[in-house]
Amino acid sequence: MRRIISLLVENEAGALSRIAGLFSARGYNIESLTVAPTEDESLSRMTIVTRGSDAIIEQITKQLNKLIDVVRLVDLTEGRHIERELMLIKVIAEREEREEVKRLVDIFRGRIIDVTNSTYTIELTGPVGKLDAFIETLQGVEVVEAVRSGVSGISRGDRALR
Amino acid sequence: MILSGAEIVVQSLKDEGVEFVFGYPGGAALHIYDAFYKQEDVQHILVRHEQGATHAADGYARATGKPGVVLVTSGPGVTNAVTGIATAHMDSIPMVVLTGQVPTALIGDDAFQEVDTVGITRPCVKHNFLVSRVEDLAQVIKKAFFIANSGRPGPVVVDIPKDITAQSTEYKYPTSVEMRSYAPVSRGHPKQISRAVDLLLGADKPIIYTGGGIIQGGAADELTQLVRELEFPCTNTLMGLGGFPYKDPLFLGMLGMHGTYESNMAMYDCDVMLAVGARFDDRVTGDLTKFSPNSTIIHVDVDPSSIGKNVSVEVPIVGEAAPVLREMLSIVKARKADGVVPDIGQWWDRIEEWRAFKSFEYDRESAKIKPQYVIETLHKITNGNAFVTSDVGQHQMWAAQHYGFNASRRWINSGGLGTMGFGLPAAMGVQLAHPDEQVACITGEASIMMCIQELSTCKQYNLPVKVINLNNRYMGMVRQWQEFFYDGRYSHSYMDALPDFVALAESFGHVGVRIESPADVEGALEEAFAQENRLVFMDFITDQSENVYPMIAAGGGHNEMHLKPSEADDVLLERELA
Repeated sequence: MRRIISLLVENEAGALSRIAGLFSARGYNIESLTVAPTEDESLSRMTIVTRGSDAIIEQITKQLNKLIDVVRLVDLTEGRHIERELMLIKVIAEREEREEVKRLVDIFRGRIIDVTNSTYTIELTGPVGKLDAFIETLQGVEVVEAVRSGVSGISRGDRALR
Repeated sequence: MILSGAEIVVQSLKDEGVEFVFGYPGGAALHIYDAFYKQEDVQHILVRHEQGATHAADGYARATGKPGVVLVTSGPGVTNAVTGIATAHMDSIPMVVLTGQVPTALIGDDAFQEVDTVGITRPCVKHNFLVSRVEDLAQVIKKAFFIANSGRPGPVVVDIPKDITAQSTEYKYPTSVEMRSYAPVSRGHPKQISRAVDLLLGADKPIIYTGGGIIQGGAADELTQLVRELEFPCTNTLMGLGGFPYKDPLFLGMLGMHGTYESNMAMYDCDVMLAVGARFDDRVTGDLTKFSPNSTIIHVDVDPSSIGKNVSVEVPIVGEAAPVLREMLSIVKARKADGVVPDIGQWWDRIEEWRAFKSFEYDRESAKIKPQYVIETLHKITNGNAFVTSDVGQHQMWAAQHYGFNASRRWINSGGLGTMGFGLPAAMGVQLAHPDEQVACITGEASIMMCIQELSTCKQYNLPVKVINLNNRYMGMVRQWQEFFYDGRYSHSYMDALPDFVALAESFGHVGVRIESPADVEGALEEAFAQENRLVFMDFITDQSENVYPMIAAGGGHNEMHLKPSEADDVLLERELA
């Protein structure tokens, strides 16, 4: 099952490699991993998307908690939550395609953030499924490159990871 | 007071109460070594190889419960130490390893003797630090000792760049540590403990299975009291031997791949299992799909990630062994006072039938020296009270099966990583910790060669370890597997050029003895232990066809034990002595 694990870790050199190393050493799967400092500069917030049986997810959370650099951890998928991913995608947009692509971007509530005679660079934010759907609707349009940030997640309502 | 980084290292060790540091100097550690030269509070033990330093510190830690301390230089100093660090990590041994590092400005430049110490040790430590400011040094060392010795213990590496050891700052050793991200649990959840006791008291076929957590957690007395109060059968893992007195009739011996028939059958057949400080390792469980199919499992462990890792557990209890067992005992007593008395007479009848197989029995009439006999005789000569270290292989299993441990911390071996070369340096650490105790290193002619250089350290510090070399001219356990599973193709399990161990020991300044007949075993051991101030290297020429029984083949279940030697044992080629 797909899980989104959110962590607060000490903002120290090596913390990221400890976490990445744990996943590779124990054969756990990482679908995406994002990390950046928080409003408290001594902490980083990390979101890991992983897959596994309940037993494996239990081990992943326990092993992560065991790392000295991990301050707190929550499996967001255990409760109501919001997930977002950012994608920057550059496509060929020439002649009649220019209008069509622009329309698709509007439908998906994306923004065109850079333009040349032959390309658009599009910014799109949303859950993973929305980004996937956008790429699918671009069939016939040539994608030059696409960059995805990986998922960031947060709990809904009053719950918080602090 | 203002001290240099190097002086802070030494002063911090002193303030931490460290007696011994096992180490080997080199460029990046020279400032620290200079600081050692100027003081006498902390004794530095100069080993002959950094692997020896880590094993010696490990042996010291296992024998005392205090963290072992290591000091090595950068680069090869660190890489040589990695085997010993990983050994300690697998067996949860508290250790602090201080490593020199190239100066901060050179880190990342592929400088002379530079390795990424934090990166290279990361998967085999509990935690590691790279010190970036001299002002942090004392705090980091304090944290290292705290982390190493709390919760589930383990090794902690502190990597110190050379320039940091030259800079100076105000020194004050911290009295306490505050870490928001690290708070080990000590007491178990009371409701879970009470539920566990109810399950135990309601069991028809209970078993108590304990491991190294009892030893490291100092819970042998608590375990013994609880087992005796319940009068339940108790089995120990390889790492847990000594946690329960071997002579007690409630003790079923060691379990697992080379465990007793009665312990493995009881594990297979039980209905309630209490596991304490044991981690359901593959050498204990065998095939997990066949593991104890009908039991309800209670698992007590200080490390939550150990619980539910390999087998699913009905009653998880996160906490230190000693307080949890104490609480269990008081509830058991209360329940018994209320009239709840377990009746497991039929279960004991069953166990006694299994025990009657005498699965550790061997040929006592042989004209060749049987390794089991050497170990039994060692027990006799030392009254079962020696500190026994071992290397890895057949001799390790025979030592575990036949020595018979009365108390914890007396059996010192590399169980998890299975590190050949562990025994002799570990014995040095034990002997330094307990100068007046008898220390025996049970080894084989292959293992001993892996850290033989430490005989020189033993001479320098006058460590009268008794080395018991069970010399069968084979890597015995490898040979045994090749005999059983590779149709007797003994691929590279024999060394064609063994040294003359007697001459070798003598060349290091020790006493060497070769024993070739069963009739001479007892006398040789007696004489060796009578030489209280000398290291005696006893080279026992043993029966090379002897195998370790019983055996559960890797992937087998507890009910699938090979109990007896097969005829194949006799078709071995005789190997010559050097």
